[in-house]
Amino acid sequence: MSVDTATVKKVASLARIAISDSDAERLAPELNNILGWIEQLGEVDTSSVEPMTAVIPNTLRLREDVVTEGQQRDAVLQNAPQGEHGFFTVPKVVE
Amino acid sequence: MSDVTDLGIAQLRDGIRMGTFSAREVADAFVVKVSKAKALNAFIVETPDHAIAAAKETDAARAAGETLKPLAGVPIGMKDLFATKGVQTTAASHILQGFKPVYESTVSQRLWDAGAGMLGKLNMDQFAMGSSNETSYFGNVISPWRRGGGDNAPLAPGGSSGGSSAAIAARIVPGATGTDTGGSIRQPAAFTGISGIKPTYGRCSRWGVVAFASSLDQAGPMARSVQDCAILLENMAGFDPKDSTSLELAVPKWEANLSGNLRGKKIGIPKEYRVDGMPPEIEALWQRGIDWVKDAGAEVVEVSLPHTKYALPAYYIIAPAEASSNLARYDGVRYGLRELAEGQNLQDMYAATRAAGFGEEVKRRILIGTYVLSAGFYDAYYTQAQKVRTLIAQDFENAWAYCDLLLTPTAPSAAFALGEKSADPLAMYLNDVFTVPSSLAGLPAMSVPGGLDKGGLPLGLQIIGKPLDEQGVLDAGLAIEQRAGFTARPESWW
Repeated sequence: MSVDTATVKKVASLARIAISDSDAERLAPELNNILGWIEQLGEVDTSSVEPMTAVIPNTLRLREDVVTEGQQRDAVLQNAPQGEHGFFTVPKVVE
Repeated sequence: MSDVTDLGIAQLRDGIRMGTFSAREVADAFVVKVSKAKALNAFIVETPDHAIAAAKETDAARAAGETLKPLAGVPIGMKDLFATKGVQTTAASHILQGFKPVYESTVSQRLWDAGAGMLGKLNMDQFAMGSSNETSYFGNVISPWRRGGGDNAPLAPGGSSGGSSAAIAARIVPGATGTDTGGSIRQPAAFTGISGIKPTYGRCSRWGVVAFASSLDQAGPMARSVQDCAILLENMAGFDPKDSTSLELAVPKWEANLSGNLRGKKIGIPKEYRVDGMPPEIEALWQRGIDWVKDAGAEVVEVSLPHTKYALPAYYIIAPAEASSNLARYDGVRYGLRELAEGQNLQDMYAATRAAGFGEEVKRRILIGTYVLSAGFYDAYYTQAQKVRTLIAQDFENAWAYCDLLLTPTAPSAAFALGEKSADPLAMYLNDVFTVPSSLAGLPAMSVPGGLDKGGLPLGLQIIGKPLDEQGVLDAGLAIEQRAGFTARPESWW
């Protein structure tokens, strides 16, 4: 299948990456080239194969439901581009 | 006294223990080398104070008659993918420029606890996406190697751990950490004539390692000898409750058990790795490798891994899919870059921040990942790739009925010139053709130098092992190292 510039813009919007019209035009053939190459996977008969979920058998562990590293507000906020009164701040989202 | 910067990890450790030189002398010598090697662009941040502090601690401990730690006074380089407390950690991306973690990655913490010091944060491909170190926001790393005959074209040190490989080959660090998602330790090791091992998935904690593709990412050591890799790996690996995929297993004594005697071992040669258009020099190198492991006592058998050709396309679905999800966290809110023009809303801020912060290759992979995971395409791409991944892992399982280890070339060519492949993403991806299958199967694999091509550039041999058999991989690596007699080193121009 073929990716056109409209699809590139839609995918970029889903990925929250701003792209210009010229970027989309440049990217469409690039992505088509890569996706075309990837499509050879369709040749493989996988009708009786389970998708891989873990490369090395391992069980998920449980731990006690307790706070391990709490009370670190300032450390958590230390690298924030903008923060006020102990919160991350973002542009207004509700009117 | 000879130059301590020519020594490897084991020699430095032993020399410090015996008092042949002080840890401070070692740290100072490497700090000077690092500061003079700016032309390689191997470091994003230099941290001489860290290395010197570790050295002082070691010298004081020795003076007090204490037992020295396993890596006491050994300075190393740290790939910039590992979070280091108070030291900028960027994954070589603009989006994390200025980010100073308030925590330390488990792997780096283990190394510091073992007495090692840090010379600095090593440059790399942005978010570990690349095979040539040309995607870093902080500029290309230049390989210390040059082609013979007066050709001074700057060469790629491999990627993504290209700062690590360049620094080790140039002897400005004795060893370094790397990470490997599809070959990012092994391919740069091969390009620069050094060794590097990716352990079994789950051996090294991923906690505090900037995530690229979580089901594939593994940390591992890079150094100039197999023994040095074993020493570093012993001090990086181990169970970590903070990583849900960490294996709850004791760390074997890989260094103490090292043996280049391969008697009783069967080594498989996968026929599908004899790809069309393989350069004759790579074929010849592979044959020499076969002769060396036979000489070390191994029996060599041909095996088949029938789904090999599908490994790369499966990888280029799975890795971008996981990356598109992992990199969603860079939103300009909690850390890193924020781009926000007057009057813009939150959605505009996300899109502008990510457009400005991510490099071209990172964006390309996020877009591919987003596309293959999007509604209507998920099963055709992602589920199919994960099924093919099962088949690739089964290929290896089946091969272990006939052999204990596999021997292949590490990369399909020697180092190429910077710029030579950067215009064609697919040509670049093909560099990982021999390293990606074992990554998809989570297997331990290492690259060791096998010789030089006719242009005087290093070529690497790869050994792949069964899950958890790092010892077998290291032993075969040692057998090759003992027979290859690789002593070539790049002549200093930096």
